[in-house]
Amino acid sequence: MKRWWLILLLLLPVLPLRAEEGGLDMNEYLFGHISDAYEWHITTIKGKDIAIELPCIVIENGVHVFTLHHAAEHGYTLNENGKLVNAQTGRRPLDISITKNVLGLIINSILLVVLILLCARWYKRHDVLKEKPTGIAALLEPVIVMIEQDVIKDAVGPEYKRFSPYLLTAFFFILINNLMGIVPIFPGGANITGNIAVTGVLALFTFLMVNLFGDKHYWKDILWPDVPLFLKAIPIMPLIEILGMFTKPFSLMIRLFANILAGHIMLLSVIALIFLSAAMGPVLNGSLTVIAALFGVFLDCLELLVAFLQAYVFTMLSSVFIGLAHQKPAHETN
Amino acid sequence: MSLITPDFGLLFWMVVIFGIVFFLLAKFGFPVITNAVQKRSDHIADSLKAADEAQAQLANMAQEQQKMIEQTRLEQSRILKEASEARESIIAQAREEAAAEASKLLEHAKVEIAAERESAIRDIRRQVAMISVEVAEKIVRKDLDAAGGQQDLLDRMVEEASQAQIPN
Repeated sequence: MKRWWLILLLLLPVLPLRAEEGGLDMNEYLFGHISDAYEWHITTIKGKDIAIELPCIVIENGVHVFTLHHAAEHGYTLNENGKLVNAQTGRRPLDISITKNVLGLIINSILLVVLILLCARWYKRHDVLKEKPTGIAALLEPVIVMIEQDVIKDAVGPEYKRFSPYLLTAFFFILINNLMGIVPIFPGGANITGNIAVTGVLALFTFLMVNLFGDKHYWKDILWPDVPLFLKAIPIMPLIEILGMFTKPFSLMIRLFANILAGHIMLLSVIALIFLSAAMGPVLNGSLTVIAALFGVFLDCLELLVAFLQAYVFTMLSSVFIGLAHQKPAHETN
Repeated sequence: MSLITPDFGLLFWMVVIFGIVFFLLAKFGFPVITNAVQKRSDHIADSLKAADEAQAQLANMAQEQQKMIEQTRLEQSRILKEASEARESIIAQAREEAAAEASKLLEHAKVEIAAERESAIRDIRRQVAMISVEVAEKIVRKDLDAAGGQQDLLDRMVEEASQAQIPN
Protein backbone atom coordinates (compact mmCIF):
# COMPACT_ATOMS: atom_id res chain seq x y z
CA MET A 1 0.00 0.00 0.00
CA LYS A 2 2.76 2.40 0.96
CA ARG A 3 4.65 1.60 -2.21
CA TRP A 4 1.63 2.37 -4.37
CA TRP A 5 1.29 5.78 -2.79
CA LEU A 6 4.94 6.46 -3.45
CA ILE A 7 4.67 5.49 -7.12
CA LEU A 8 1.56 7.63 -7.45
CA LEU A 9 3.40 10.59 -5.94
CA LEU A 10 6.37 10.14 -8.25
CA LEU A 11 4.10 9.94 -11.24
CA LEU A 12 2.27 13.12 -10.38
CA PRO A 13 4.86 15.61 -11.74
CA VAL A 14 4.91 13.97 -15.15
CA LEU A 15 1.15 13.83 -15.57
CA PRO A 16 0.22 15.92 -18.56
CA LEU A 17 -1.77 18.52 -16.69
CA ARG A 18 -3.12 21.13 -18.98
CA ALA A 19 -3.67 24.57 -17.61
CA GLU A 20 -6.67 26.38 -18.96
CA GLU A 21 -5.90 29.24 -21.23
CA GLY A 22 -5.72 32.44 -19.27
CA GLY A 23 -5.38 30.51 -16.02
CA LEU A 24 -8.03 30.24 -13.35
CA ASP A 25 -10.39 33.13 -12.76
CA MET A 26 -10.23 33.01 -8.96
CA ASN A 27 -13.14 35.39 -8.49
CA GLU A 28 -15.47 33.44 -10.70
CA TYR A 29 -14.29 30.15 -9.25
CA LEU A 30 -14.87 31.20 -5.64
CA PHE A 31 -18.13 33.05 -6.14
CA GLY A 32 -19.42 30.41 -8.49
CA HIS A 33 -19.16 27.94 -5.64
CA ILE A 34 -20.32 29.96 -2.69
CA SER A 35 -23.09 32.07 -4.19
CA ASP A 36 -26.58 31.18 -5.14
CA ALA A 37 -27.32 30.43 -8.79
CA TYR A 38 -30.22 29.81 -11.14
CA GLU A 39 -28.78 26.47 -12.15
CA TRP A 40 -26.91 23.78 -10.30
CA HIS A 41 -23.63 23.35 -12.04
CA ILE A 42 -22.34 19.88 -11.28
CA THR A 43 -19.23 19.53 -13.41
CA THR A 44 -17.74 20.24 -16.83
CA ILE A 45 -16.67 17.33 -19.00
CA LYS A 46 -14.65 18.18 -22.15
CA GLY A 47 -15.88 21.73 -22.18
CA LYS A 48 -19.49 20.70 -21.82
CA ASP A 49 -21.28 21.93 -18.72
CA ILE A 50 -23.35 19.41 -16.85
CA ALA A 51 -25.85 21.39 -14.84
CA ILE A 52 -29.36 21.06 -13.51
CA GLU A 53 -31.59 23.76 -14.94
CA LEU A 54 -33.74 25.19 -12.20
CA PRO A 55 -37.01 27.04 -12.65
CA CYS A 56 -36.83 30.81 -12.41
CA ILE A 57 -40.05 32.17 -10.96
CA VAL A 58 -40.56 35.89 -11.36
CA ILE A 59 -43.59 37.88 -10.30
CA GLU A 60 -43.91 41.07 -12.32
CA ASN A 61 -47.23 41.75 -14.04
CA GLY A 62 -48.11 38.11 -13.53
CA VAL A 63 -46.07 35.04 -12.80
CA HIS A 64 -43.30 34.10 -15.22
CA VAL A 65 -41.70 30.68 -15.02
CA PHE A 66 -38.73 29.87 -17.24
CA THR A 67 -35.20 28.45 -17.12
CA LEU A 68 -32.14 30.62 -17.30
CA HIS A 69 -31.55 29.76 -20.96
CA HIS A 70 -34.90 31.24 -21.88
CA ALA A 71 -34.60 34.30 -19.69
CA ALA A 72 -34.08 36.59 -22.64
CA GLU A 73 -37.30 35.45 -24.28
CA HIS A 74 -39.21 36.58 -21.22
CA GLY A 75 -37.40 39.91 -21.15
CA TYR A 76 -35.02 39.23 -18.27
CA THR A 77 -31.27 39.24 -18.04
CA LEU A 78 -28.63 38.77 -15.36
CA ASN A 79 -27.03 41.79 -13.70
CA GLU A 80 -23.40 42.00 -12.55
CA ASN A 81 -24.28 40.16 -9.33
CA GLY A 82 -25.82 37.31 -11.31
CA LYS A 83 -29.37 38.17 -10.39
CA LEU A 84 -32.32 38.35 -12.75
CA VAL A 85 -33.32 41.88 -13.72
CA ASN A 86 -35.79 43.30 -16.18
CA ALA A 87 -33.93 43.71 -19.48
CA GLN A 88 -35.58 47.05 -20.25
CA THR A 89 -35.74 48.82 -16.89
CA GLY A 90 -32.80 47.06 -15.17
CA ARG A 91 -34.89 46.73 -11.98
CA ARG A 92 -35.08 43.60 -9.87
CA PRO A 93 -38.48 41.96 -10.10
CA LEU A 94 -40.02 39.96 -7.28
CA ASP A 95 -37.87 36.89 -7.72
CA ILE A 96 -38.87 33.65 -5.97
CA SER A 97 -36.92 31.30 -8.22
CA ILE A 98 -36.04 27.80 -7.10
CA THR A 99 -32.34 28.53 -6.99
CA LYS A 100 -29.46 26.21 -6.18
CA ASN A 101 -29.73 27.01 -2.48
CA VAL A 102 -33.50 26.52 -2.46
CA LEU A 103 -33.15 23.12 -4.14
CA GLY A 104 -30.40 22.23 -1.68
CA LEU A 105 -32.63 23.32 1.18
CA ILE A 106 -35.48 21.20 -0.15
CA ILE A 107 -33.27 18.11 -0.58
CA ASN A 108 -31.66 18.47 2.83
CA SER A 109 -34.98 19.17 4.50
CA ILE A 110 -36.57 16.09 2.98
CA LEU A 111 -33.56 14.09 4.09
CA LEU A 112 -33.83 15.50 7.61
CA VAL A 113 -37.58 14.98 7.89
CA VAL A 114 -37.29 11.42 6.61
CA LEU A 115 -34.47 10.63 9.04
CA ILE A 116 -36.23 12.05 12.07
CA LEU A 117 -39.63 10.59 11.18
CA LEU A 118 -38.04 7.18 10.62
CA CYS A 119 -36.49 7.51 14.04
CA ALA A 120 -39.84 8.55 15.51
CA ARG A 121 -41.52 5.64 13.76
CA TRP A 122 -39.09 3.25 15.42
CA TYR A 123 -40.22 4.53 18.81
CA LYS A 124 -43.86 4.23 17.83
CA ARG A 125 -43.47 0.65 16.66
CA HIS A 126 -41.26 -0.65 19.41
CA ASP A 127 -41.72 -0.82 23.12
CA VAL A 128 -39.03 1.42 24.43
CA LEU A 129 -39.06 -0.33 27.79
CA LYS A 130 -38.27 -3.71 26.31
CA GLU A 131 -35.97 -3.06 23.36
CA LYS A 132 -32.84 -1.09 22.86
CA PRO A 133 -32.83 1.28 19.90
CA THR A 134 -31.52 -0.13 16.65
CA GLY A 135 -30.69 1.39 13.29
CA ILE A 136 -31.60 5.00 12.78
CA ALA A 137 -32.91 5.35 16.33
CA ALA A 138 -29.61 4.15 17.76
CA LEU A 139 -27.81 6.69 15.61
CA LEU A 140 -29.94 9.71 16.41
CA GLU A 141 -31.01 9.04 19.98
CA PRO A 142 -27.68 9.85 21.64
CA VAL A 143 -27.47 13.14 19.74
CA ILE A 144 -31.05 14.10 20.54
CA VAL A 145 -30.62 13.19 24.19
CA MET A 146 -27.33 15.06 24.42
CA ILE A 147 -28.78 18.23 22.89
CA GLU A 148 -31.96 18.07 24.89
CA GLN A 149 -30.53 17.12 28.26
CA ASP A 150 -27.17 18.86 28.23
CA VAL A 151 -27.90 21.96 26.19
CA ILE A 152 -31.60 22.76 26.16
CA LYS A 153 -32.54 21.61 29.63
CA ASP A 154 -29.61 23.34 31.29
CA ALA A 155 -29.96 26.61 29.41
CA VAL A 156 -33.73 27.03 29.18
CA GLY A 157 -34.63 25.79 32.63
CA PRO A 158 -37.73 24.00 33.90
CA GLU A 159 -39.94 24.97 30.93
CA TYR A 160 -37.60 23.40 28.41
CA LYS A 161 -40.20 20.93 27.07
CA ARG A 162 -42.06 23.72 25.29
CA PHE A 163 -39.01 24.87 23.40
CA SER A 164 -37.08 21.70 22.78
CA PRO A 165 -38.88 20.82 19.51
CA TYR A 166 -37.87 24.15 18.01
CA LEU A 167 -34.32 24.00 19.31
CA LEU A 168 -33.83 20.41 18.21
CA THR A 169 -35.23 21.25 14.79
CA ALA A 170 -32.86 24.20 14.51
CA PHE A 171 -29.91 22.06 15.58
CA PHE A 172 -30.55 19.25 13.14
CA PHE A 173 -31.52 21.63 10.36
CA ILE A 174 -28.24 23.52 10.68
CA LEU A 175 -26.25 20.33 11.17
CA ILE A 176 -27.56 18.56 8.10
CA ASN A 177 -27.14 21.66 5.92
CA ASN A 178 -23.61 22.19 7.24
CA LEU A 179 -22.69 18.58 6.59
CA MET A 180 -24.26 18.50 3.14
CA GLY A 181 -22.36 21.69 2.34
CA ILE A 182 -19.07 19.87 2.83
CA VAL A 183 -20.02 17.05 0.46
CA PRO A 184 -18.54 18.20 -2.86
CA ILE A 185 -20.87 16.47 -5.34
CA PHE A 186 -24.43 16.95 -6.36
CA PRO A 187 -26.94 16.75 -3.57
CA GLY A 188 -24.37 18.44 -1.38
CA GLY A 189 -22.02 21.29 -1.99
CA ALA A 190 -24.53 24.13 -1.92
CA ASN A 191 -23.40 26.87 0.41
CA ILE A 192 -26.69 26.94 2.31
CA THR A 193 -25.84 27.80 5.90
CA GLY A 194 -23.14 30.10 4.52
CA ASN A 195 -25.90 32.23 3.03
CA ILE A 196 -27.06 35.17 5.08
CA ALA A 197 -30.71 34.77 4.08
CA VAL A 198 -30.80 31.26 5.53
CA THR A 199 -29.05 32.15 8.76
CA GLY A 200 -31.17 35.31 8.93
CA VAL A 201 -34.40 33.30 8.88
CA LEU A 202 -33.04 30.93 11.53
CA ALA A 203 -32.11 33.90 13.70
CA LEU A 204 -35.56 35.38 13.06
CA PHE A 205 -37.19 32.19 14.35
CA THR A 206 -35.06 32.35 17.48
CA PHE A 207 -35.97 36.02 17.86
CA LEU A 208 -39.65 35.13 17.66
CA MET A 209 -39.24 32.24 20.09
CA VAL A 210 -37.53 34.50 22.61
CA ASN A 211 -39.87 37.47 22.34
CA LEU A 212 -43.23 35.84 21.72
CA PHE A 213 -42.89 33.58 24.75
CA GLY A 214 -40.99 35.94 27.04
CA ASP A 215 -42.69 36.43 30.39
CA LYS A 216 -43.47 39.69 32.15
CA HIS A 217 -40.14 39.77 34.00
CA TYR A 218 -38.38 39.72 30.66
CA TRP A 219 -40.35 42.70 29.35
CA LYS A 220 -39.98 44.55 32.62
CA ASP A 221 -36.23 43.99 32.46
CA ILE A 222 -36.18 45.52 29.02
CA LEU A 223 -38.55 48.44 29.49
CA TRP A 224 -38.06 49.28 33.17
CA PRO A 225 -34.86 47.58 34.36
CA ASP A 226 -33.59 47.69 37.95
CA VAL A 227 -31.25 50.63 37.52
CA PRO A 228 -31.16 54.14 39.02
CA LEU A 229 -34.08 56.26 37.90
CA PHE A 230 -32.11 58.75 35.84
CA LEU A 231 -30.98 55.95 33.54
CA LYS A 232 -34.60 55.12 32.88
CA ALA A 233 -36.10 58.62 32.85
CA ILE A 234 -34.01 59.51 29.86
CA PRO A 235 -34.51 56.05 28.36
CA ILE A 236 -30.88 55.05 27.97
CA MET A 237 -31.15 51.60 29.49
CA PRO A 238 -34.42 50.65 27.79
CA LEU A 239 -32.91 51.74 24.49
CA ILE A 240 -29.83 49.61 25.08
CA GLU A 241 -31.99 46.68 26.12
CA ILE A 242 -34.21 47.00 23.06
CA LEU A 243 -31.10 47.16 20.90
CA GLY A 244 -29.92 44.02 22.71
CA MET A 245 -33.12 42.24 21.71
CA PHE A 246 -32.00 42.58 18.10
CA THR A 247 -28.23 42.21 18.46
CA LYS A 248 -28.57 38.75 20.02
CA PRO A 249 -30.21 37.06 17.01
CA PHE A 250 -28.11 39.27 14.74
CA SER A 251 -24.96 37.77 16.25
CA LEU A 252 -26.43 34.30 15.73
CA MET A 253 -27.03 35.09 12.09
CA ILE A 254 -23.55 36.51 11.45
CA ARG A 255 -21.72 33.79 13.41
CA LEU A 256 -23.21 30.88 11.52
CA PHE A 257 -23.02 32.62 8.16
CA ALA A 258 -19.41 33.73 8.56
CA ASN A 259 -18.14 30.43 9.92
CA ILE A 260 -19.61 28.29 7.20
CA LEU A 261 -18.78 30.75 4.45
CA ALA A 262 -15.19 31.01 5.68
CA GLY A 263 -14.91 27.23 5.77
CA HIS A 264 -16.10 26.93 2.19
CA ILE A 265 -13.74 29.66 1.01
CA MET A 266 -10.78 28.06 2.81
CA LEU A 267 -11.45 24.66 1.30
CA LEU A 268 -11.99 26.11 -2.16
CA SER A 269 -8.82 28.19 -1.91
CA VAL A 270 -6.72 25.22 -0.93
CA ILE A 271 -8.09 23.20 -3.84
CA ALA A 272 -7.57 26.21 -6.12
CA LEU A 273 -3.85 25.97 -5.37
CA ILE A 274 -3.73 22.92 -7.61
CA PHE A 275 -5.16 24.76 -10.57
CA LEU A 276 -3.36 28.03 -9.91
CA SER A 277 0.00 26.28 -9.88
CA ALA A 278 -0.71 24.36 -13.09
CA ALA A 279 1.03 27.06 -15.09
CA MET A 280 4.11 26.99 -12.86
CA GLY A 281 5.55 23.76 -14.21
CA PRO A 282 5.01 20.12 -13.30
CA VAL A 283 7.35 19.91 -10.27
CA LEU A 284 5.85 22.80 -8.38
CA ASN A 285 2.35 21.79 -9.44
CA GLY A 286 2.87 18.20 -8.33
CA SER A 287 4.26 19.07 -4.94
CA LEU A 288 1.61 21.72 -4.35
CA THR A 289 -1.05 19.20 -5.33
CA VAL A 290 0.14 16.83 -2.64
CA ILE A 291 0.24 19.62 -0.08
CA ALA A 292 -3.17 20.90 -1.17
CA ALA A 293 -4.69 17.43 -0.99
CA LEU A 294 -3.28 16.81 2.48
CA PHE A 295 -4.32 20.26 3.63
CA GLY A 296 -7.72 19.67 2.07
CA VAL A 297 -8.14 16.51 4.14
CA PHE A 298 -7.21 18.44 7.24
CA LEU A 299 -9.63 21.25 6.41
CA ASP A 300 -12.41 18.79 5.67
CA CYS A 301 -11.96 17.29 9.11
CA LEU A 302 -11.94 20.77 10.58
CA GLU A 303 -15.12 21.59 8.68
CA LEU A 304 -16.78 18.48 10.05
CA LEU A 305 -16.00 19.76 13.51
CA VAL A 306 -17.17 23.27 12.62
CA ALA A 307 -20.38 21.89 11.10
CA PHE A 308 -21.25 20.25 14.38
CA LEU A 309 -19.89 23.04 16.52
CA GLN A 310 -21.81 25.82 14.80
CA ALA A 311 -25.07 23.89 14.99
CA TYR A 312 -24.32 23.27 18.67
CA VAL A 313 -23.43 26.89 19.35
CA PHE A 314 -26.52 28.19 17.57
CA THR A 315 -28.73 25.85 19.57
CA MET A 316 -26.98 26.60 22.84
CA LEU A 317 -27.16 30.38 22.43
CA SER A 318 -30.79 30.19 21.31
CA SER A 319 -31.49 28.15 24.43
CA VAL A 320 -29.70 30.67 26.59
CA PHE A 321 -31.65 33.56 25.08
CA ILE A 322 -34.92 31.71 25.59
CA GLY A 323 -33.83 30.84 29.11
CA LEU A 324 -33.06 34.49 29.85
CA ALA A 325 -36.57 35.45 28.76
CA HIS A 326 -37.96 33.04 31.36
CA GLN A 327 -35.76 33.80 34.30
CA LYS A 328 -37.21 34.89 37.58
CA PRO A 329 -35.46 38.04 38.83
CA ALA A 330 -32.70 37.29 41.33
CA HIS A 331 -34.42 39.00 44.28
CA GLU A 332 -37.55 36.89 43.82
CA THR A 333 -35.80 33.57 43.69
CA ASN A 334 -33.71 34.32 46.75
CA MET B 1 -21.71 42.84 -2.11
CA SER B 2 -24.13 40.09 -2.93
CA LEU B 3 -22.80 37.92 -0.12
CA ILE B 4 -24.24 39.98 2.71
CA THR B 5 -27.45 41.15 1.09
CA PRO B 6 -30.09 38.54 1.72
CA ASP B 7 -31.95 37.60 -1.41
CA PHE B 8 -35.73 37.89 -1.14
CA GLY B 9 -36.47 34.68 -3.00
CA LEU B 10 -34.22 32.64 -0.76
CA LEU B 11 -35.64 34.34 2.35
CA PHE B 12 -39.14 33.47 1.20
CA TRP B 13 -38.33 29.85 0.44
CA MET B 14 -36.29 29.47 3.61
CA VAL B 15 -39.24 30.67 5.71
CA VAL B 16 -41.56 28.28 3.89
CA ILE B 17 -39.19 25.29 4.02
CA PHE B 18 -38.02 25.80 7.57
CA GLY B 19 -41.61 26.41 8.63
CA ILE B 20 -42.72 23.12 7.12
CA VAL B 21 -39.74 21.23 8.54
CA PHE B 22 -40.34 22.79 11.95
CA PHE B 23 -44.03 21.91 11.84
CA LEU B 24 -43.42 18.30 10.78
CA LEU B 25 -40.60 17.62 13.20
CA ALA B 26 -42.18 19.46 16.13
CA LYS B 27 -45.47 17.63 15.64
CA PHE B 28 -44.49 14.14 14.54
CA GLY B 29 -40.76 13.86 15.14
CA PHE B 30 -39.05 15.09 18.25
CA PRO B 31 -41.87 14.88 20.83
CA VAL B 32 -42.33 11.18 20.03
CA ILE B 33 -38.63 10.52 20.43
CA THR B 34 -38.06 12.64 23.52
CA ASN B 35 -41.18 11.29 25.22
CA ALA B 36 -40.10 7.73 24.54
CA VAL B 37 -36.63 8.43 25.86
CA GLN B 38 -38.12 10.21 28.85
CA LYS B 39 -40.38 7.24 29.47
CA ARG B 40 -37.44 4.91 29.36
CA SER B 41 -35.27 6.96 31.65
CA ASP B 42 -38.19 7.28 34.09
CA HIS B 43 -38.62 3.56 33.89
CA ILE B 44 -34.94 3.01 34.58
CA ALA B 45 -35.06 5.36 37.54
CA ASP B 46 -38.16 3.61 38.87
CA SER B 47 -36.60 0.20 38.37
CA LEU B 48 -33.46 1.25 40.20
CA LYS B 49 -35.55 2.53 43.06
CA ALA B 50 -37.63 -0.64 43.11
CA ALA B 51 -34.49 -2.77 43.08
CA ASP B 52 -33.13 -0.74 45.96
CA GLU B 53 -36.33 -1.20 47.89
CA ALA B 54 -36.40 -4.91 47.12
CA GLN B 55 -32.87 -5.25 48.37
CA ALA B 56 -33.72 -3.38 51.54
CA GLN B 57 -36.77 -5.59 51.96
CA LEU B 58 -34.65 -8.65 51.42
CA ALA B 59 -32.22 -7.55 54.09
CA ASN B 60 -35.18 -6.83 56.34
CA MET B 61 -36.59 -10.27 55.63
CA ALA B 62 -33.32 -11.94 56.48
CA GLN B 63 -33.32 -10.05 59.75
CA GLU B 64 -36.90 -11.04 60.38
CA GLN B 65 -36.09 -14.60 59.58
CA GLN B 66 -33.24 -14.53 62.04
CA LYS B 67 -35.60 -13.08 64.60
CA MET B 68 -38.16 -15.76 63.87
CA ILE B 69 -35.59 -18.50 64.25
CA GLU B 70 -34.53 -17.00 67.53
CA GLN B 71 -38.14 -16.83 68.66
CA THR B 72 -38.78 -20.39 67.59
CA ARG B 73 -35.79 -21.56 69.49
CA LEU B 74 -37.02 -19.79 72.62
CA GLU B 75 -40.45 -21.29 72.11
CA GLN B 76 -38.92 -24.70 71.66
CA SER B 77 -36.94 -24.54 74.86
CA ARG B 78 -39.96 -23.17 76.69
CA ILE B 79 -42.13 -26.02 75.45
CA LEU B 80 -39.48 -28.55 76.36
CA LYS B 81 -39.23 -27.08 79.82
CA GLU B 82 -42.98 -27.10 80.24
CA ALA B 83 -43.14 -30.67 79.02
CA SER B 84 -40.58 -31.84 81.48
CA GLU B 85 -42.34 -29.97 84.24
CA ALA B 86 -45.62 -31.54 83.25
CA ARG B 87 -44.03 -34.95 83.16
CA GLU B 88 -42.59 -34.50 86.57
CA SER B 89 -45.83 -33.22 87.99
CA ILE B 90 -47.75 -36.11 86.43
CA ILE B 91 -45.29 -38.59 87.84
CA ALA B 92 -45.48 -36.96 91.24
CA GLN B 93 -49.23 -36.94 91.12
CA ALA B 94 -49.34 -40.56 90.03
CA ARG B 95 -46.99 -41.45 92.80
CA GLU B 96 -49.14 -39.65 95.31
CA GLU B 97 -52.24 -41.29 94.00
CA ALA B 98 -50.58 -44.69 94.09
CA ALA B 99 -49.50 -44.10 97.64
CA ALA B 100 -53.00 -43.02 98.62
CA GLU B 101 -54.48 -46.04 96.92
CA ALA B 102 -51.99 -48.31 98.59
CA SER B 103 -52.73 -46.91 102.04
CA LYS B 104 -56.44 -47.19 101.38
CA LEU B 105 -55.99 -50.82 100.34
CA LEU B 106 -53.87 -51.42 103.40
CA GLU B 107 -56.53 -49.90 105.59
CA HIS B 108 -59.17 -51.98 103.97
CA ALA B 109 -57.05 -55.09 104.37
CA LYS B 110 -56.47 -54.29 107.99
CA VAL B 111 -60.17 -53.84 108.61
CA GLU B 112 -60.88 -57.10 106.85
CA ILE B 113 -58.15 -58.90 108.70
CA ALA B 114 -59.53 -57.56 111.96
CA ALA B 115 -63.00 -58.72 111.02
CA GLU B 116 -61.64 -62.15 110.01
CA ARG B 117 -59.79 -62.43 113.24
CA GLU B 118 -62.87 -61.42 115.18
CA SER B 119 -65.00 -64.03 113.47
CA ALA B 120 -62.24 -66.61 113.86
CA ILE B 121 -61.97 -65.93 117.54
CA ARG B 122 -65.72 -66.08 117.88
CA ASP B 123 -65.65 -69.35 116.00
CA ILE B 124 -62.93 -70.76 118.18
CA ARG B 125 -64.76 -69.60 121.26
CA ARG B 126 -67.91 -71.26 120.09
CA GLN B 127 -65.98 -74.47 119.32
CA VAL B 128 -64.32 -74.29 122.67
CA ALA B 129 -67.68 -73.75 124.34
CA MET B 130 -69.19 -76.68 122.44
CA ILE B 131 -66.23 -78.90 123.25
CA SER B 132 -66.31 -77.90 126.87
CA VAL B 133 -70.06 -78.48 126.90
CA GLU B 134 -69.52 -81.92 125.42
CA VAL B 135 -66.70 -82.58 127.84
CA ALA B 136 -68.87 -81.39 130.64
CA GLU B 137 -71.71 -83.55 129.44
CA LYS B 138 -69.51 -86.56 129.41
CA ILE B 139 -68.18 -85.76 132.86
CA VAL B 140 -71.63 -85.00 134.13
CA ARG B 141 -73.12 -88.19 132.64
CA LYS B 142 -70.50 -90.32 134.35
CA ASP B 143 -70.81 -88.55 137.70
CA LEU B 144 -74.55 -88.24 137.69
CA ASP B 145 -74.97 -91.32 139.78
CA ALA B 146 -72.56 -90.29 142.37
CA ALA B 147 -75.00 -87.79 143.82
CA GLY B 148 -73.48 -85.60 146.37
CA GLY B 149 -72.65 -82.33 145.26
CA GLN B 150 -74.04 -82.73 141.79
CA GLN B 151 -76.06 -79.63 141.91
CA ASP B 152 -73.15 -77.70 143.29
CA LEU B 153 -70.83 -78.74 140.59
CA LEU B 154 -73.25 -77.82 137.90
CA ASP B 155 -73.78 -74.40 139.33
CA ARG B 156 -70.18 -73.80 139.74
CA MET B 157 -69.38 -74.76 136.13
CA VAL B 158 -72.11 -72.60 134.72
CA GLU B 159 -70.85 -69.78 136.86
CA GLU B 160 -67.35 -70.19 135.60
CA ALA B 161 -68.42 -70.44 131.99
CA SER B 162 -70.43 -67.29 132.08
CA GLN B 163 -67.66 -65.47 133.88
CA ALA B 164 -65.12 -66.62 131.34
CA GLN B 165 -67.32 -65.37 128.48
CA ILE B 166 -67.62 -61.81 129.73
CA PRO B 167 -64.02 -60.64 129.23
CA ASN B 168 -64.18 -61.96 125.71
